[in-house]
Parts: sequence; structure tokens; C-alpha cells
Amino acid sequence: MRIEIVHRQKLPPAADALIVALAVAAAALAGGVVMAAAGLPPLAAYRAIFRAAFFGGAYALSDTAVKTAPLILCGVGCALAFRAGLWNVGAEGQLLLGAWAATGVASFWTPADLSPWLKLPLMMLAGGALGGLWGLIPGALKVRFGVSEILTSLMLVYVAAQWNLYWIYSPWTDRGFQLTPLFPPGAHLPRLADFAGVWPQLAGLTIHAGLPLALVVAAALAVLMQRSRWGMAWTAMGDNPRAAAAAGINVAFHTMLAMALSGVAAGLAGAVEAAGVAHRLQERFSPGFGFTAIAVAWLARLNPWATVALAFVFGGILVGGKEVGSLGVALLLQGALLLTVIAFEAFRRYRVVIRRAAPAPEAQP
Amino acid sequence: MRPPDQVAPQPAVQMTGIVKRFDGVAANDRIDFTIRPGEIHALVGENGAGKSTLMNVLAGVYKPDAGEIRLFDRPVRFRSPRDAIRAGVGMVHQHFAQIPSCTVAQNMALADPDAPFFFDRRRIGEKIRELGERTGIRLDPDALVERLSIGEQQRLELLRLLANDARVLILDEPTAALTPGEADELFALLQALAKRGRAIVFITHKLDEVEACAERVTVLSCGRAVATDVPLTQCCREEIVGWMVGQAEPAAAERAARAPGAVVLELAGVAAEPAGAGAALRDVKLAVRAGEIVAIAGVAGNGQRELAETIVGLRPLASGRRLIGGEDASDWPPWRIRCAGVGFVPEDRLGCGVCPNLSLAENLNLASFGPGASFFPDGERLRCRAADRAAAWKIGRQDLGAPVRFLSGGNVQRAILAREIAAGEKLLLAAQPTRGLDIGAVAAVRAALLARRNAGVAVLLISYDLDEIFEVADRIAVMARGRLVAEFSRPFPDRAVIGMAMLGGPARAH
Repeated sequence: MRIEIVHRQKLPPAADALIVALAVAAAALAGGVVMAAAGLPPLAAYRAIFRAAFFGGAYALSDTAVKTAPLILCGVGCALAFRAGLWNVGAEGQLLLGAWAATGVASFWTPADLSPWLKLPLMMLAGGALGGLWGLIPGALKVRFGVSEILTSLMLVYVAAQWNLYWIYSPWTDRGFQLTPLFPPGAHLPRLADFAGVWPQLAGLTIHAGLPLALVVAAALAVLMQRSRWGMAWTAMGDNPRAAAAAGINVAFHTMLAMALSGVAAGLAGAVEAAGVAHRLQERFSPGFGFTAIAVAWLARLNPWATVALAFVFGGILVGGKEVGSLGVALLLQGALLLTVIAFEAFRRYRVVIRRAAPAPEAQP
Repeated sequence: MRPPDQVAPQPAVQMTGIVKRFDGVAANDRIDFTIRPGEIHALVGENGAGKSTLMNVLAGVYKPDAGEIRLFDRPVRFRSPRDAIRAGVGMVHQHFAQIPSCTVAQNMALADPDAPFFFDRRRIGEKIRELGERTGIRLDPDALVERLSIGEQQRLELLRLLANDARVLILDEPTAALTPGEADELFALLQALAKRGRAIVFITHKLDEVEACAERVTVLSCGRAVATDVPLTQCCREEIVGWMVGQAEPAAAERAARAPGAVVLELAGVAAEPAGAGAALRDVKLAVRAGEIVAIAGVAGNGQRELAETIVGLRPLASGRRLIGGEDASDWPPWRIRCAGVGFVPEDRLGCGVCPNLSLAENLNLASFGPGASFFPDGERLRCRAADRAAAWKIGRQDLGAPVRFLSGGNVQRAILAREIAAGEKLLLAAQPTRGLDIGAVAAVRAALLARRNAGVAVLLISYDLDEIFEVADRIAVMARGRLVAEFSRPFPDRAVIGMAMLGGPARAH
């Protein structure tokens, strides 16, 4: 008997699904081993995670959806840049600055009693704009000086984090604490729980208007990526930038555009998180949404719709992981998933053929 | 010079009943192939006939779905090209397997299956120089491969085979990137190697080359062998062409008498930096008018690549001016130049001409996504256009949705030609447009160039093939060491005069 590894030409959809399922199973196994080593009974832990994240009724789903919204926005943004061959790994920083700008609009730069119909859109605009600017900087540096966007976008995450710290420590501090005062009520995104007065069943549901907003933005970006001339240009650039340039695609423009749009999505995520969940800017504002989004987009193979679905799964891991321990469990499971799915990628490209000992000559029809 | 046919030494390679399918399509359908030591065997056929596939099977790149390979009468099953190299079978691919960011010496070490873990750079350098002395293939061991011209990269591939002392050498269209002189040198080298007992398989489209150096020929057509192991003493050129295309050689293209129109492209005193080991452009003056074909003749690596890249804006001008349609386009980026109706067939077709992981349809439409196209392109119309272009250029047996990297080299070139000839409404810049194409397609390309000229397009042809230039050009500009050193109009002088100018000799404009 001999085992050969053969290049695949085509992958049947069923095999694709099976490979993904196997990868998830391997990740669960690996995560379980680590949890068991840490003294956490894995089966019970997984049961708790699933109950907390997905099967614990409306409250569980609502909590998961809340974590999903920023992951969708950052994830689709990352997918867009990655398709163009631009490694924007700085979504976290773009998100933080988006939250900063939304905070400024909410509490400091507009009157406290400004109508929410004006205030909330302004917050979203400011958040998206600043996130976009933060994404544009690495894009422009790449175009002008040939600097790697991987390094600059990552470094700008820490600049953004320090920038926010400065503001919450001093100019915007709430009585010396490392956070800003709560936003005025007009700067809160509506939650389902807000309507409990009319429908008492909605009481306690934290899901907010950021989720539909994220879905609309994801759909818009998906259409851009899959249907427009720009999307085609990004795909071509991502595959072979020289051929794209030679074929008349404005690579400089699209490098900056894709990085900026990617940043806009992440900045919106920051604004949504500030207006929908935290209602203030504070230290540890994000549990690393912008970094998790890289894994989400990558696992979704840069398909925007798959990114939305996977954002929900990762949102669930964030919620469920917290339920059984700390953020650490969520990060462990995310990491295991990313590694196994990337490792199982090999099975998508190659198949293993087991042959009997004698190389039997095949009959020709 | 050919050995007598009655002597039949033991075959070096005997392939029987080789079948290789891709996606159910048989690229090789029960092919038999034999070659003896000391023999140069030409493997000919149209693009996509299955020549490269068959040789990739022999070189361990593909595993056959059925069939047997015997090497010096021992059955072999190669699990990888490395296995094949160890057994003495080496192949120079059409698309080179080199690491661009590594040096010549490092690439040599990579190709050596028995290289020590820590390799001695000086020893490899000496080996390269020693091989260069022996074979005439001279390369700087410390040069970065990305800085080499395509011709030099090919020489490196040859050198890698020779360094591994292969007993069976396979060359996939080895002369495509070489000048006529270099090709002759290569043939002499191959004949010397054959005399020392090596078996050499040589894939080509060019019958001149078959006649110049091969002893036997095998002809493939649509995945089947239509003539196997025929001595060249027993067949004539017309027969081989008939086997290949199933008909007589296509007629030459028409040249209509036509007065050239306005100047479409003008370069005034242009200078540009060299591309790696290429030549810097210096003081290039060139004008191409509507309705004429200007050909740039010259030895590879004398600034042709730089010239093409400078015209389409991929390489900045160091000085001088570029005018397109009478407008000063010196600062225009490539997309703006393309928008002015410029089509560009690059010499480096995989590196610069296609997106390998995108589909054939997307690549056929690649020039339609720049500024000016509709924002949401009509998918159905794009598909129709891609299908039309694929059909017009006979990109055979291919699924429009399949990634271009699965296409044969000739089909990739056809896809680029289909797209760029359509895109070049005002100016068509074609670098080596017929490289790697079969006889039928070469005639079609030359006819298309003439048709564009007759339709009033300014055509600039960069070619290393003087026959091609003589066939289609209205004017010839000769490039040597980054300068245009001479210019000739019809009737052209003897090719020796042009050859002298190509070498930078004392040729005078005429």
C-alpha cells in the first residue's frame, strides 16, 4: 500500500463542507485538551459555552448578536482590504479612533440635548471618517514611499490606543477615573430593551440598532466587492498588482481607497460599540474585535457573506468564553479555530490517495 | 551528422500508454514515446496538444493516470521532480521555477537534490563559472534572479540541469526567449551534449528548429500521438505540419498599401533606468504613426523591456518626453495611458499580463475595469465578450471559469492577445506577441497586427525574430544597449546589415 498526495483540480462542495467541519472538530478537541489541562472539564465547559452563546434562549442570542455587530464591520472591512492584497491588520486601531470620534460628538462637540436623529448619524459619520483616515494613512504611505502596510497599520493600533488613553485620563475624564462620562441619552443607539414598556417580552434584550446597521454596511461592501468595477480592480490587484497596473487599473488610487474603506468599516464598528454598548470611552474598550476580525475574514476566505456568518460564531465564542472563565477561553478557542482551519486548507488543495501495492494498470474505456 | 537509423541502442526512456486527465479532459490519451541516448528528439504539436503535460509526466511533475515509464529499461514511478532529477531526468520548464529574490548561486543550490544543508557559496560560484566555460552559458553567480532578463533566466535553468548531470534533458520551448544567434549556440550545445550520450527532448512549434537539430520527431495533436518516433530522414516538413494542424500551412497575411497618418506615439530624448540586468534607455527618439507597424529589432536585454514599460507608464521617465496622440503624456500613470486607447502585450506574460488565479473570463476582460467603464459592469455582457474572444482566438478546450494558471503557455498568450488587440484602439504595443505560439496561431497574430495597421492603429512591435519583423513591419528601428541605433524603411536591406546594427556595429540609417 502506498499513500500519495495529489494536487486537487476541483473541490466538490460536500468535501469543502466536510473539511470545514473536521477543522472545527479538531479545534474543539485541541481547545478541550488545553481546558482539561487547566482544570476545566471540557464537555461541561463546551455545554456552558453553547448555552451562553447560542442555545440559551433569546437573551443568549441577543448577547451574541451584540458582540457580532463590530465583528461583522471589522471583518468585512478586513476582507475588502485582503482581497486587494492589502494586509490591513490595524482594524483595532481604526475601531478605537472611530470610538473616540463618536465619543467626541456624543459628549463634547455637540449640545447634550441635540436630537438623536442628528446626533447618532453624526457619531457614525465621525467614527467612520476617522477610522477611514486611520486606514488611509498606511495606504498613502505605501503608495508614496512603498512602506509595508502590515507594519504601519499595526503600529498605528498602538498610536490610537495611546491617543485614547490620553483623552480619557485627562481632557475627557469623568472625575479622575479612566473613562469618560456616560453619553447623554440622545447618543445611545436604541436597544430592544428600550421598548419593554410596550412589549414586556423585550425586557433585558441588549441587542441594539448597530446590528442592522452592520448588516447594511456589510451588504453594501459585499455588492462593491462582488459586483462593481472597483471590486474587480481589487481582486485583480490582490492577485497580480503588476498585471493590474499594466491592464489600466489605477493601483495607487485603489490602494488608498481599499485601505480607507476598510478603515471606515472598522471606525463604524468603534462608533457602534460606543453608542450601542459602552455608552462611553474607557480603557479596554474593545476585547480585540479588530484582531479577531482578521481571523474571521480569513476563515471566511474573504467572502463577505461568509464573514457575516463567521462573525456570529466568533461573537458566540466571545460571549460563551466569558461565561466559563475569562476572555482567555475565548481567545484560546479563536486561536485554535484559526490554526486548524488554516492547517486543513491543505486538504482543500491536495487529496490523499491510498493505492494498493501493485501499480495496477487502469483499463481504458 | 545523424546517426544511421539501423543502429537502435537501448532506449533511454520508454513511455507507453500514458494517460493524464485534468478535470476529466484527457490532456494525454494513451501516448507512447521513446527516446534513445545520444538522440535529439523533437516533440511538436499545436498549443494545448499535450506536449508539456507528457513531459511533465516524464519529469515527475504530474503522476500519470495510466501507463508505464521505463528509464534505461527499468520501470520508474517518480513521486516528485526531485525523484526524477535523482534518476537523471531534468526539465527546463516554459515558466521558470526560480526564486526571484535569490541569487543565481542560491538557485543552483536549490536545484541540487544532494546539496549539503549549509552550502558553500564559493564552491557553487566556481561550479557555475566552470560550467560556463564548458558550455558557454555564462552567468554571474551573485546576480539576483529578479534582475536577470528572461533569456538569462532560461540560461540559468539550462545550467541547473547540466549541473545535476542529467542523462535525459527535456527542454520546453527553449528558444522562445533566445535570439537567433543564441538559439544556434544552444543547438550546438545540445548536439555536443547528445554526442556525449545524453538523450534530449525538445518541445517546439518551430519547424526550422526541428530541422536544424533534431533527429527524430513525435507529433501530438489534441492529446494523442499522431506520429510517433519518426526519423527526420523519412518525413518532410509538409508532412509534419499536416500532422500538427491536419491541413496545409496557413497563408501569409495581407499587407495593404497605406499611407501612414498622424503621429500617435512619440518619444523625444527619453531616458529610463534599467530593469535589473537590462539596459538603461538613453536618448530614445521614436515616432509611430497611425496605420504603420514599426518594429524594434535587437538582441534580448538591450532595452526592449525598458522601452515597453516606459511607453505604457510602468517605468518612469528619467528625462525626455512622451507624447500620446499629440498630448504631453510624460507624467501619465499607466491607467491614463491605457485610457488613451493603448493596448499592451507584455513580454513577461505571466508576470505582467494575467492574474493567474482569476478566471479566463476575468482575464479576458481585465482591461475593462479601469476608469471610464461602467461602475456595475453587466456580468452577462462580460461573459459573452469573454466567450467571443476565447472562440475567436481558439483558446481551446477550456472552461471560461477556470483559473488562468491551469492554461497552457500558448493559451495564456492567446488570452492576452485577444484582450489587448481589442484594447489598442489607437496604439498597440506588442512585445514578443508570437512567442510560444504554434504555427497557426503565429499566422493569426501576424494577420491581426496587419489588420489593426490597415484599420489605422499605430502598431509598435518588439520582436527578437527577424523573420517576423520582415514579414509585418513597415519600418524597423534597431535597438542596441538602450539606444535606437539605426532605422530602416521598406525595402529593407539585407538582414546582415540589420544584424550588424543589432550588435551595435557601424550601421547607418538609410
